[in-house]
Amino acid sequence: MFDAVFDISSLHANADGEETMTGNPGEIVDKPRLLIVDDEEGYVNILAKRLTKRNFLVKTALSGAQGIQELRRSDFDVAILDLKMEGMDGIEVLKIFKQMAPQLEVVMLTGHGSEQAAREGIKFGAFDYLTKPCELDELVEKLRHACKRRACGE
Amino acid sequence: MKDANPNVTKELNEHTKYYRSLTINMVLIIVLVSIMPLILASVTIGYFFDISYKEKVADHVVTLVKKHQQSIDSFLKQRVANIRSLARIFSFDQLNNDAFLKERLLVLQEEYGSIFVDIGLVNQNGIQIAYAGPYSLKNADYSKSEWFKQSIDTDVYVSDVFHGLRGVPHFIIAVRREREDGTRWILRATVDFESFNSLVENIRIGKTGFAFILNRRGEFQTQPRFEISKTKAPYIEFMAGEKIRPDQIGFVEQSLGSGEDTLHVMAPLKGGNWLLAFQQNSSDAYKVLEYARLLTLGIFWLGGLGIIVVAILLSKRMVRHIARADLEKEMMNEQVIEAGKLASLGELAAGIAHEINNPVAIMAEEAGWIEDLLTEEDFKDSENLDEFRRALSQIRTQGKRCKEITHKLLSFARKTDPTVKNVQLNEMIEDVIALSEQRAKYANVKLFSELDNELPTVDVSPSEVQQVLLNLVNNAVDALEPQGGKVTLSSKVENNFIVIDVADDGPGIPKANLSRIFDPFFTTKPVGKGTGLGLSICYGIIKKMGGEISVSSAVSLGTTFHIRIPVPEKAATESSG
Repeated sequence: MFDAVFDISSLHANADGEETMTGNPGEIVDKPRLLIVDDEEGYVNILAKRLTKRNFLVKTALSGAQGIQELRRSDFDVAILDLKMEGMDGIEVLKIFKQMAPQLEVVMLTGHGSEQAAREGIKFGAFDYLTKPCELDELVEKLRHACKRRACGE
Repeated sequence: MKDANPNVTKELNEHTKYYRSLTINMVLIIVLVSIMPLILASVTIGYFFDISYKEKVADHVVTLVKKHQQSIDSFLKQRVANIRSLARIFSFDQLNNDAFLKERLLVLQEEYGSIFVDIGLVNQNGIQIAYAGPYSLKNADYSKSEWFKQSIDTDVYVSDVFHGLRGVPHFIIAVRREREDGTRWILRATVDFESFNSLVENIRIGKTGFAFILNRRGEFQTQPRFEISKTKAPYIEFMAGEKIRPDQIGFVEQSLGSGEDTLHVMAPLKGGNWLLAFQQNSSDAYKVLEYARLLTLGIFWLGGLGIIVVAILLSKRMVRHIARADLEKEMMNEQVIEAGKLASLGELAAGIAHEINNPVAIMAEEAGWIEDLLTEEDFKDSENLDEFRRALSQIRTQGKRCKEITHKLLSFARKTDPTVKNVQLNEMIEDVIALSEQRAKYANVKLFSELDNELPTVDVSPSEVQQVLLNLVNNAVDALEPQGGKVTLSSKVENNFIVIDVADDGPGIPKANLSRIFDPFFTTKPVGKGTGLGLSICYGIIKKMGGEISVSSAVSLGTTFHIRIPVPEKAATESSG
């Protein structure tokens, strides 16, 4: 019953996602929808560009609050979430994300030394974590795995 | 310019001065505290011993004199009684006969030895009308003699010692009687001076104690054995007393300025006409006291000397210890400051590393973006395409290098989180191996694990355990550098303890260092390389968990650190799941 409600909402998001998503509107079905949440604007922007080029439908948010807003507005397959942010911290945002969209897969980004927190994130339902700065190929691979799990879950 | 650094020299001088005054103070206090009671006890005991011993000596001498006083007095009384009984038993006519007198003298001499020298009968006019004895004194005229004048008026008279007609010292016992017609006659006997003298002469104590007899005028009635002390004043004073009771004994200790002190004991004889005197040098009388004083003084000096020597040695030794402890403390302080500096440096580095992470990440991604764009067709014919590619890959490589550097800095400054969680230690060991693998590879060290799959979980702080394990592995890798080797981490359960061993096959730890290895600031690494805090922190963490950490090492074989963490009973029963 619950699943059904979300399916509908996700369909709805897909329907008007054409305007908001950067990417080719024609390939909605194949492209995973990705939300990047990080307070480092330069990093978010370049990551968005590169991942768009690698066939993701990317949306960005510069804080936890913005990320939650985005998630409220539209549905996503996978999210990249920075652990250390001004204001709301990554673990808190993760908990809210998981409440709002249990199906959403989250890959955490962390600085070195806070792996402990990242591991904790996994306990709260994050898919995996990477330490920053990370290898893009590795990140892409993790994201695809996450999408696959979501697809299986569905 | 002799002193290169006057400040240092001054400081050193002040240190030396401080320790010297400390030594002196300690010596003084020890000596004072130990010797004061010694002095007080010696003085008190000495004083009371002195008094009681002197009393004892005085008692002894007085008793002796009293005894002799009695015996001399009774000697005189007996002699008087001898003569008096003769005069009473026999009549004037019977006695007025030389042969009869001779017979009586012989009887007396038979009875008492040579005490009585002669015996004679003197008439009222002082003429000796009958005589028996060794001298030819018949018809001798005594009318002018002192004794005759005295005795004609008293019943019994005992004279002082005098030379008389015969020219030898003697004294006379005279008994006066009256005939029926009222004429008076006197029976007199001479007592031998020698035999009387021997009575007194035999009173001896010590080397200088002797006795003699004086008359009221202070003339000797016996021959003193030694020359008497310079003055007869005490005796004359005693004799001058108003009325002397026969049991009165005088005791005077006389000091004559420069001369030796003398003890004088006096007792009246012959109803106060004579005086039995005894005198002895104080030093002789109190000889035992003198010995005791000398002995005490000797013990006191020896003891005092011992105390002083011990005080000096002890104080010097203690001050040496204090100085060493001070030095160690100073060194420790320096090291603590050093460690504090290192810690704040670490924090600073961590902050910088964290801040740099993001720009580096952006740079790397931007470079990656250019690489992405270069694959587009427009640039395919570009002349410098390969050069662009090379430069970009170089940026990426250097970005990675930056990442490694910042990661190292961050792990150096990492703070541990003491929150306790339920942890599977096998996982922690694997994490640590994964974390250390990179470093181990550089050092040509291989990491192995031998894990007990049935290990129960325990409630500990994972980040603290990680810190301990990382530290031990890092130390092991350090020990194996540069020749390489292997480090094995193993886990097992042993008597309700989880035992984790971190073993290397390195050079081992010398025995001398083994006991100090967990001491803070103990390090064998060169200055600046190690803080000497790592193992002591490990020790503290494991102790806090209620566990134990120990080390066994054999030189050239390797070192193994053993960590024992207690298994909670609940976990022990659940471990099968």
